[in-house]
Formats: sequence, structure tokens, C-alpha cells
Amino acid sequence: MANHSNMTQEQNKFVKKQHKEEMKQQVISFALMILFTLIAFGMVLLEIGSVFLVPTLLLLAVIQVLFQLYYFMHMKNKGHDMVAVMMYGGLSVAILTIITFTTIIWW
Amino acid sequence: MSHEDVLNPKQLPHDPEKATLEGKNKFVGFWFFLGGETVLFACLFGTYLALNRSTSGDNTPEHLFGLELVFIMTMLLLTSSLTSVYAMYHMKNNDFRKMQIWLGITVILGLGFLGFEIYEFVHYIHEYEFTFRSSAFGSAFYTLVGFHGGHVLFGLSWIVALMIRNSKRGINLYNAPKFYIASLYWHFIDVVWVFIFTVVYLMGVV
Amino acid sequence: MSTAMSQNRGLGAAIWDYLTTVDHKKIAHLYLVSGGLFFLIGGLEAMLIRIQLMQPDNNFISAGLYNEMITMHGTTMIFLAAMPLIFALMNAVVPLQIGARDVAFPFLNSLGFWLFLFGGIMLNVSWFTGGAPDAGWTNYAPLSTVSPGHGVDYYVMGLQISGAGTLIGGINFLVTIVNMRAPGMTYMRMPLFTWASFVTSTLILFAFPALTVGLFLMMFDRMFGSVFFDTAAGGNAIIWEHLFWIFGHPEVYILILPLFGAFSDIFSTFSKKRLFGYSAMVFATVLIGFLGFMVWAHHMFTVGMGPIANSIFAVATMAIAVPTGIKIFNWMFTMWGGNIRMTSAMLWSIAFIPSFTIGGMTGVMLAAAAADYQYHDTYFVVGHFHYVIVGGVVFGLFAALHYWWPKMFGKVLNEKLGKLAFWPFFIGFHLTFFIQHFLGLMGMPRRYWVFLEGQGLEAGNMISTIGAFLMALGTIIFIINVVYTAVKTEKVSGDPWDGRTLEWSIPSPPPHYNFVQTPLVRGLDPLWVEKSEGKKGMTPAEPLGDIHMPNASILPFMMSLGLFIAGFGFIYQVDDKGWLALVFIGMGITLGSMLTRSLKDDLGHHIHKADLEKDIEKGAGQ
Repeated sequence: MANHSNMTQEQNKFVKKQHKEEMKQQVISFALMILFTLIAFGMVLLEIGSVFLVPTLLLLAVIQVLFQLYYFMHMKNKGHDMVAVMMYGGLSVAILTIITFTTIIWW
Repeated sequence: MSHEDVLNPKQLPHDPEKATLEGKNKFVGFWFFLGGETVLFACLFGTYLALNRSTSGDNTPEHLFGLELVFIMTMLLLTSSLTSVYAMYHMKNNDFRKMQIWLGITVILGLGFLGFEIYEFVHYIHEYEFTFRSSAFGSAFYTLVGFHGGHVLFGLSWIVALMIRNSKRGINLYNAPKFYIASLYWHFIDVVWVFIFTVVYLMGVV
Repeated sequence: MSTAMSQNRGLGAAIWDYLTTVDHKKIAHLYLVSGGLFFLIGGLEAMLIRIQLMQPDNNFISAGLYNEMITMHGTTMIFLAAMPLIFALMNAVVPLQIGARDVAFPFLNSLGFWLFLFGGIMLNVSWFTGGAPDAGWTNYAPLSTVSPGHGVDYYVMGLQISGAGTLIGGINFLVTIVNMRAPGMTYMRMPLFTWASFVTSTLILFAFPALTVGLFLMMFDRMFGSVFFDTAAGGNAIIWEHLFWIFGHPEVYILILPLFGAFSDIFSTFSKKRLFGYSAMVFATVLIGFLGFMVWAHHMFTVGMGPIANSIFAVATMAIAVPTGIKIFNWMFTMWGGNIRMTSAMLWSIAFIPSFTIGGMTGVMLAAAAADYQYHDTYFVVGHFHYVIVGGVVFGLFAALHYWWPKMFGKVLNEKLGKLAFWPFFIGFHLTFFIQHFLGLMGMPRRYWVFLEGQGLEAGNMISTIGAFLMALGTIIFIINVVYTAVKTEKVSGDPWDGRTLEWSIPSPPPHYNFVQTPLVRGLDPLWVEKSEGKKGMTPAEPLGDIHMPNASILPFMMSLGLFIAGFGFIYQVDDKGWLALVFIGMGITLGSMLTRSLKDDLGHHIHKADLEKDIEKGAGQ
């Protein structure tokens, strides 16, 4: 903790600038997320009847979620290695579960 | 580190949520918990996908769901995710007042979302007699969306409790991790919602 | 604050101390006592089952009661005996092995215990309120959804509450191991028991949510009129089976992996050699955990998932034999050329190897999907899983208890009595379960209340029952040993086994802050590294200073009590909505306690340097 308590003015400035930079990225990802949402709703409302519709919707959702995880929840920052291991672990089990429930259940 | 340093640090480090061992533990532990929550929601999604064609009468997804309401709800929750990012930005810059304001906006947006969700459920029940008990699709729909709604309610209560408790003392090394993980929880709720609006509503009316 | 002080204040204070404790060593005691008690209850149920099956057409207990017995035997042994006993070991040992003063979340640690205990009590209350759950420990729908009475409701609420406790415990150990290792204790220097606890906790984190969802759906179906498993309303009973086994298969690895870890430590200590193939052992542990999530559907081969699904799960299941084989060979190579000491712990460990291997072999047989159509739901399956669970988990628990008993209580379990308990249990175990494979192949189905005369099943069942009595005898001798050791006053040093890992570098039992000074770890088997350089103990990594410790709290107990009360409300509101009052009261207590926890600052306390110096004079630093 010692290095924090005697942070110089300059370091302080640098950190603040870093935070600002990060904030900018977050606003951009927010704008992109809104855009993806609009595209997803638009495609459904315009009734684009294509075999690619559902995969595209899912892809848009996945990209949005990655933005949310990596930018909003800071997973791109340092010190998130174990976090990533556990999130991807959970995600693998999740995907396996969903594949199961859409394939080997009696209909 | 003495209690005084934790509660009234002379200068807030730039990652106050991870500056103490307790904070680091909370941070890592809560992320792991979210990994478990991922599986929990996957099981609910799986159940929904297995049962969403087990409808009764006219109450099919195509017939029930209105995308206008869902779009508004999505925008509310998505925006609330950004506002809580702003709150954490101000927390790291040790600007307590601004953090409280942004958290307040987050709560208002969340309440709006919850209000619409309750309206939606009431509407289905009274207009369409589509209930938790009417079909397997109904059971699965209300359970999945309801679990998410329950998370929203819990998240809102949590954030409000933290805001009130700390309203008079500002940010310190003891409450910063609490604010931070509450905001992680809030983002996760948005993550789940992205899949709900895609899988349940959009794919439901396709 | 000190333990000695509160114990002098009498029984009331001691009870209050345990109700509010957040010390991982005391929580280990709590887990051990309650898990042991449930183990005896589950054992009693097993004896009643075996007496009923002693002879053909027996009428010792009624068919309904028999169903309750098999259900409660399985549920109790898995959830209320094996799990808490494993948590007892993890609590007692993991923080010491990594050189930590406490776990990451002492408060949650206590909450996890109380949730487990209240869930377990809830399940067993059902015996006195009109019948225990009777749909098997797997609780398959639709048998469970139409089971009359409230038995299955108790199963649902009891497991939901204790399952939440387990999940909390799992996250606690994950974070402890990730964040609280002593300086120098890299991942690849962690003792195998700690590694196994880490992998186990990961499995808990990802497996228990599936059980949570399954139990919620079951609860909604039985208590709130939803139709998830009701085929008449479009529901699907297979959903339960999948959810249960997505949880249930990782669960069996959750049970066995920590004991694999314990065996590794024991073999290495009592062979006076470092573990053979340490990194291969770590790799195998992780691989078993990983594969453990891809095989659950082998419990459902006969459900009709189709040949493709069956083949995939069959191959994945057989693949698990590979890392398990790696482990078996590494244990044997650890002993090879070692300076072996035949202590009770070592005896149980050596007996484990052939016993567990037999269970593993029948496991590969069962994994062959086509052949499984023949074995399914026969005594062959019962024989198989008792071979892995008793031959692996129970043998492991006995071995680990003998090994770590001095660390937990400061006294060594009597070696003569230990060996005396081992032989009847070991012989009884093989008598009971080996013959069951053949009973199964001869066509005896599991879960049946009676079998008929003249089908060649009499002799086998009789042998099996005799074996069960021998196992009971072994267990009784072990309990006598525990009582004998408790009465006897002879204290033991911090390092009775000439140990290799950090837990043996501090006094037995350790002071409540564990390490006066955090140790510096310089290699695998850190204490052995120091010993081989002629040093007596660990080199400290920090100067002597104030130690920060968490405060005790009654809130975990209150939260669990609240859920316990609410559970009854949920169960009985089906009969009379007035019972909903209990739901509100219980949830009020729980949520109120949670709010108190969130709002009230709890910064812990410091143990001052001066007090530590006094303790050192009494021998805390060794």
C-alpha cells in the first residue's frame, strides 16, 4: 500500500488520464451495444426470413456480452486471469447444458 | 493495516476495491460466484428451450410477445449498465457525490425495468390467462424471466442499501469493494438480459 | 478473545463460542461432529436395508419404509456425511497447508456450515412428520412429483438449503487457495490435498447450480402447481434427470478427489519420499475434474437418448480411466523403494488401491453403453458405486482422519485400535459388495423390497448382510478409539509423523491465528526442504507484527435458522395457506440478518505483538 499513499501529483494525473481513456472506450462499447440491439430488433421486425437470422441474432448477443464482460466489467484489465478461467469454465458447462437441452431431451 | 487506514485512508489508491486483502477476496470470490450463476441461468435457459413449444391453446410465443415493450426494457437496462460504469469511474476518482448520483440514476432505470416487467406479467395473466400453471411453456417462461427479475430486485435493494449506509462517510477501503461487486452484479444482470431478449423474445417471434 | 479464556467460562460459553465461531479449525470440528453423526444415521439405515434383505420374502420392514430407507441412506451418505466430512478435512488442513491464517471468507465459511446442518436436520425431521422422502436419492420425476405426503418436499427443501451451504463453502476455498497462499507457495508447490480441494471446489461451483435449478423446478411442480415434469401438460420428465446428473456426476468426483489428494499426502509422508510424478498427479486431478463434466449422461444410457449420444458419453466415460490410472501408478511408485511405515493411515491407504481399482474396472464395464442395458438398475451398479464410494471415499476419510487427527485435536488416535477397526471393516466391505456384482449379473434388481426364494439369490444376500455387520463392527471400534483418545491426556508434538508439508510446522492444535509469522516457502514439501537443510522449522517471511483476525458472529446461524423456518412454511403452505406466515417470518429473519451483515461494519480485530510474544514463550512458534 505504501506506493499508493505517497503517489506523486504526476502519477495521480497519469492514473486519472488512464481512467478517462477507459471511460471513452466504455462509452464507445455502449454505443456499439445499442447499435447491435437495434440491428437485432430491426432484423426481427423487418421479418427477414433467412436461415441465417437466428445465428446472426445469437452472434450479436454474444458480441454484446463480450463487450459487457471485457469493457464494462473490466475483464480486459490486469489481474483477471483466474476470473477468466472461472468464467470460461462456467461458460463451457453452460454451453454443454444448453446443447443437451436442445438435442437429447424427448420431444 | 489499521482500522483507521481502512475507514479514513489519507489518499485513496486508484484501485480502492482491490487495495485490501478483504477487498481482493471479495472481488475474486464474487467473480467466481458469477461463473456459477452462468451455469444456473444456462440450466434455466436449457429448460426454457426444451419446453418453449409445449404451449396450450393460443398462448404461443408468437402470439404473446410484443417487441415494443421488450425494446424499451432492453434500453433501460442497457443504459443502467452504462450509468453504473460511470458510478465506478467516479468511485476510482474518489468523487463520492457523483458516484451516488450515477448509482441513483442506475436505480431509477432498474426500477423502470422492473415496473415494465411486472406490467408485462400482469398483462399476460389477465389478458391472455397465460400463467405459471397453464402450460409447461408458461412454467418455463415465468421461471426464467422471473429469476432474472428476482436478480434485478435483489440488485436494486443491494445498491440502495449501500447508498444509504454510506451516504455520510464517502468512499473508503472498506466500502469500495462492496460498491464494486454490487456493480459487477448489476452488469451480470444485463448480460443475462441480453440472452433473454434474444433467445426468449426475438427468437420467440421469428 | 482467546479460546482458552472462553472455555474456562463453562459450557454455555463454549456452546456460544461454537455457534458464533468463524475460525476454520473450529468449523472443521463442527463439520466433523455433525458429518460423523449423519454417517452413523446413514449407516443405521444401511443396516436396516441389509437385515431386510437377509433372507427371501423377509418382512422385517414394510415396503414403504424400505423405500424411505434406501432414499435416506443414499441422500444422507452423499450430502450429509461424505460432503461435510470432506469439508471438515478441507477446513482443518487447507489453510495450514498454504500457510494462511484463515480462509478468505470466515463469515461465509460459518454460514456454509450452518446452512448444511439445518438442511440436514430438515431432511431428517421428515421421519417424525409422516414419512421420509421415498423416491430414491436420484428423486426421478414423475415418481417424485406424484409421491404422496410431504417426504419429497423435505428432500427438496433440505437439499436446497444444504446445497447453498456447499456452494458457499466451495467458493470460499477457491478464493482462499487463489489469494491467500504464503510467499513462495506457487501453484506447482501446493500439496496434492490442496490441489484436489481446489479442483473439487471448482466442480462444486459449476455443478451445484444445476442441482439448485433442478430442486427449484421440483419445488415449483410440487408446491406451486407448475408443470415442468408433467407430461400431460407438455412437461418433460427427462429435464430432471439431466439436471440431476449434470450435478450428480461431478458430485461423485467432488467426493473422491479430495481423498485422492489426502492419499497422495499420506503415501508420500509414510514412504518418506516426495510424491512420484507430482506434476502428472496435478494434471490428472485437473483432467478428472474437466472430464467429470462430460460424462453425466452415462447414468441415462437406457433413457433413449439415441446411439450417437450414448456413444459420445461412453467414450468420454472410459477416458476417465486414463488419468485415474496415472494416479494409481504414481501412488505405487511413490511407495516403491520408500521407507514405508505401516501406520493405520497407511493401512487404509494401501487397502484403498486394490479396492478402488475394482470399482474403477466395473466402472469401465458400465461405461460400455450396450452392455449397460444388461447391468442397468441391478445390484451390479450397487456393487460398483459402493466399491468406489466406500473403497475410495470412506477408506480415504478413515485414512485422512488418522493422519490429521493429531493436527486437529493434539492427540494421536490409538494405533492398535486403529488397525483393529480396519480389518473387520475391510473384510466386511469386500464381503458386502463383491458378491453384489454377481447378484446383479444374476438379475437381482436394485431398490426391490424383497427377493424370491429358489432363484439362487439367498446365499449371496446372506453373505452381503454378514459383511455389513462386520463393517458396523469396524465403525464401532473406530468410535471407541475416538472416545479413548479423547479421554487419554497424552499430548502430541506439532509434527508426530515427521511430516513434509506446512501444517506440520506449527503446534497441534495450532493457535487460532495458525502462523505467528507467515512462513517462506522454498519448494515442494516446504517443511521437508527446511528439514533436509538441518533446520527445525520454517523461515519466516515477515517480521513479528500485529495479526488481523475476523470477528465472531451469530448472523450465519440466524440466516440458516431463518431459511430452516421458511422451509417448513413452503412445505406446508400446500395444505393450508396459513403456513405462509412461516415463510415470511423465516425469510424475514434471513434477509434481516443479511441486511445487518451488509450495513454493520465488521473490520475484525488485531492480535498485538506483545500477546504474540507471550504465546511464543508458550511454544506457539515452535
